[in-house]
Formats: sequence, C-alpha cells, structure tokens
Amino acid sequence: MAKKKFVVGCFDEEAVLFPAVKKVRAAGYKIHDVYTPFAVHGLDHALGLRETSLHTAGFIYGITGTSTALGSISWILVKDWPLNFGGKPNFSLPAWIPITFELTVLFAAVGMVLTFCYLCQLAPFVKKHHFHPRATDDLFVMVIECTEKTNVDDLQAFLSSAGAIETDVQVAEPGWWLGTYDKDETTFENSNPVVA
Amino acid sequence: MASIRDQFEIPGKMKTWSLALIGIGGAALLYGMFTKGFGADEHEQTHFWGTLMYNTIFWTLICNASMFFICVTTLAMGGWQQSFKRIPEAISTMVPIFGAITFAVLMYVVLGHKHHIYHWLDSEAVAKDPILKGKVGFLNPTFFVIWTTLAIGLWSVLGWRMRQISREADESPFDNESGARYILRGTIRAALFTVWFALTVGSTVPWLWMMSIDAHWYSTMYSWYTFASSFVSGMSLVALWVIYLKNKGYLELTTQEHLHDIGKVMFAFSVFWTYLWFSQYMLIWYANIPEETVYFKHRVQGPYKGIFFLNLIINFICPLLILMKRSAKRNYTLVTFMAVLIIFGHWIDFYQMIMGSLSKEHVTLGWLDFGILAFFVGCMIFFVSRSLASKPLVSKYHPFLKESIIHQV
Repeated sequence: MAKKKFVVGCFDEEAVLFPAVKKVRAAGYKIHDVYTPFAVHGLDHALGLRETSLHTAGFIYGITGTSTALGSISWILVKDWPLNFGGKPNFSLPAWIPITFELTVLFAAVGMVLTFCYLCQLAPFVKKHHFHPRATDDLFVMVIECTEKTNVDDLQAFLSSAGAIETDVQVAEPGWWLGTYDKDETTFENSNPVVA
Repeated sequence: MASIRDQFEIPGKMKTWSLALIGIGGAALLYGMFTKGFGADEHEQTHFWGTLMYNTIFWTLICNASMFFICVTTLAMGGWQQSFKRIPEAISTMVPIFGAITFAVLMYVVLGHKHHIYHWLDSEAVAKDPILKGKVGFLNPTFFVIWTTLAIGLWSVLGWRMRQISREADESPFDNESGARYILRGTIRAALFTVWFALTVGSTVPWLWMMSIDAHWYSTMYSWYTFASSFVSGMSLVALWVIYLKNKGYLELTTQEHLHDIGKVMFAFSVFWTYLWFSQYMLIWYANIPEETVYFKHRVQGPYKGIFFLNLIINFICPLLILMKRSAKRNYTLVTFMAVLIIFGHWIDFYQMIMGSLSKEHVTLGWLDFGILAFFVGCMIFFVSRSLASKPLVSKYHPFLKESIIHQV
C-alpha cells in the first residue's frame, strides 16, 4: 500500500464528536477511522460501519470445538481403544459433555481472539502509524482520507468549526508493516502510473 | 414527557378473555376438586392435589421472580429497566394472590395429613425409618407451616415495600441529595428482599414444597434448579407483557434495546438452567447409587421419558439455537414465540418434577392440567392488567430514568 494523505481532527469531548461525525459525513468526506481512548457506544452506527461478523465466526469456531470433542472422544473410547470405566457403556454421552463444553469454549475463545487480531491487524512486531499519541489517553481523533479534489485548508477550517481543538495534515501509511518502513515513498498525490 | 401515554387502559377484549379463561379453568378446577380431590380414591386425590400444587407453586414462583428481577437490578445500580419497571412490579402483585392459593393448598395437604403426597407426614412410617428420622427436624408439619407462612408473607410484604418506594418517584422531582437518599433506601429494601429470596427460593422452599415429596431422595442442585426454572419463565412473562404493551402503543420509552437485554437474560438463564439440570443429572448418573437414581429411574427409563427429554429440547436446545442471534432477540415475533415456549417448557418441567414423583406408573397430563393452567393464566392476565392500569406506566422522576431512555446495547 502506498502512503496516503490524511486530515486529522482532534476532539476532546464525546458530545462534540458525534455531531461532528455526522456533519463530516454529510459534507461528503470519507472518514478513514475515529480513534478513541475507550469504546464509544453508538459510534459505529454514526460512522455507518457494517455489523461485525466476529460473532458468526465465533459460532463456527464453537461448533468446530463441539464436533472435534465429540468426534475424537467417541472415536477413541468406542472404536480405537475401548475401556471399561465403572461399568458404563463405551458410548457414555453424559460423561463427555464437560469436555465437549470446554473444547467448545476453548475453540470459540481462541478463534475469536485470533480473528479479532487479524481483523484489527494486530500481531507481535507489527507496526502501524499512530495519528495522535493522545488517542490512547484523552482525545477522540478523527482521521479523514483526502482525495486529489480535497481542499486541505477548507477541510481543516471545517473541522475546527465542527469543534475540533486541533487539526493536522499527515501523509501516512494506513496499513501495517514489519521492521523499518521501506516501501515506496510516493504519496497519494504523485502516485504516477509506475505500478499501474 | 408530556406526550407519552403513561396510563394503561384495560382493553375490553383482554378483560373478556381473562374472565373466560378464569371461568373455564375455574370450572375444571372445581369439577376436578369435587370428583377427584374430595373423592374416595386416594390415587385420584393425589392426582388432583398434586396437579394443583405444581401449578400454583409454578405461578407463585414465576411471579415472585419479577420482584427478584427488580431487586437485583436495583442492587446492581441498574438503570436500563426503569422504562418498563412497572411491568415486573405489576406481575409481582400476583405474589400475595397466588401465594394465598399456594398456602391454602399446602395447608390442606399438610394439615389434612395427605401422606400420599408428603410421605414424611406419616409419623408411624417415619418412626420405623432411620433416614426420615434423621430429617425430622426439617420435615415436620410445624416447621413446614411456619416456614411457608413466613416465606409467602415476607415475599408479599417486602415486595409491597419495593413497589411503594417505586411509587414515590411519580410525584415530584428529586434534587441531588434527596435523589441519592432515595436510591439508598431502594437499595436497602431490595437487599432485604434478596436475602430473604435466597433463604427461601434459593434454598429451603423448593426442598420443603417439592423435593420432600421424594422424602428419601435429595439433591443439592434442586433449589437452584427450581430458581433457574422460575426466573427464566418469569423473565419470559415480563417480555410477553412488554411486547403486548408495545403493540398497544404504550411504553414509548422502551425500545428494541431493552427487549434485547430481556432476551439476553432469557437466553442466559436457559443455559444456566441447563447447567443445573446437567449437574444434577450427571453426578447421579455417574455415581449410580440406588438411593439417588431412584429419582431418575422412572423419568429417564419409565413413562416420563418423552416429557423428560422434551423438557430438555424446549428449555435448552430451542433457546440456545433460536435466541443466540442478536437479530432474534430484537425481533418481537420471535421473542414472543420463545417466551411462550419457555413458559410452557418450564411448566412441563414443574409438572415432571412433582407429578413424576407422585404418579410414577403413568403420565397424568390431561384436561385437569390444562384447565388449572387456564385458570392461573386467566387470573394472571386479569389482576396484572388491573394493577398496570392503577398506576402510571413510567415513574417519571426516577433518578435513573434518563439512563434507561438512552439505553443502548
């Protein structure tokens, strides 16, 4: 991915952020993302993000766990190596339920954490650009992606009028990388058809 | 605020239907009482009083679960339930009424010496039985009467006090200081109810009323199991009333978000019920000790086999698969369907808990059960709608009301 140009607006209050998000979207700008110090209820709705499919993934991991447990235990204890436990039948479902439950939870939990990390592009040693360090502390940071038609000064003034306490223009890599950033330094503006 | 409809008016149709149900059910109840309950045959007597017992205990406990819901959400400083809190409150006004019926039935059984229902009432048999002798301090008529009176009486009184304090938020707004004091007073009253609830529904009352039918048998899971059963059906009942009032255009402040949370409770406690069901079943199955398996013998292998597993399908598999999705919990039709199914499922559960022990040879489910059920449903609709109509549907000045209005899941 090549670098892109972004306009960054910082807000210090949730109550200002919501109307600002609405105004910016209504004005037709493309919001890259909003970085917040904590999960803000309803922000995903305001941003028009689609519903996450993480829970569907969780369900699929869960039933994978269930069938792995039931499949492997029944194969082991009925077919491969039948043992007599206290005179119970080899196929003794009630005794397997706790393990089935545990494996269901384990698969769902681990699977969902990994999927979550994948969706958020989080992993050890992976680096990403931070638009504002205070986004992890007390600022709501709205990042707007520029196109060649965007008038940066207008946009900054617009954000200030919507309540941003601080605005900024940054050229940054929106994706992730490992080690030092050594990709093509071309920005969005002068990305001439070298690759295309 | 001025524009919301906060005065419920009972629709004529509802009144007709509830009175019709009371009429049909009452006729079945009286007919059963005179042909079976007061008849000469002991099997018939046991059949009638057992059927009446599980119905009245079931409805008392699920109406009491509404008050428990209010108290625990109050204790947890919850705000989201404020916009529909009058519904569980109205349902909990049934506790004195159904409680009185339960009390009368239990007193008839215990003082009338019906030892075919409670074997421990037979003092000659107890004297010859070392196990029952050891339980005599708990299983005796005096303790039973006192504890039952205390249980039903204190549920009614402490519940009434919770409803009184809720009414205080109708008249005038609070300032910061009086609001904080108001919340504290509510917390104290809720705590009193919750402690008493834990001592009764959470432990002793199901042992006394229901588990002691199998006087030799015991299970430490039993009370929790009964509680989970009654709580999940109680929440389903709340969901049904919420949806009914929403359809009639009331409860403007209650939205899908609130329904979603009620649906979550229904889902979670269905799974909790299954956890207890399984914990009780598996340990007994695994140990395979005759004095414990006696409870499951005729349920799993005898005539109750179908009902026993139907119970598990209705109360576990269906809620698990149907209520799991977010969109299902926000869908009025689906939640209505599931609420009716869950209430029916736990009614069947109570049926097999009591009648499974009283009539081991054959399943008695028939016109008497459904007649008595109709009587209780009719009473519930009739009195709950009257109680709803007697006060505003929203306590306007409650300090947490705003939290409920902006509630979002």
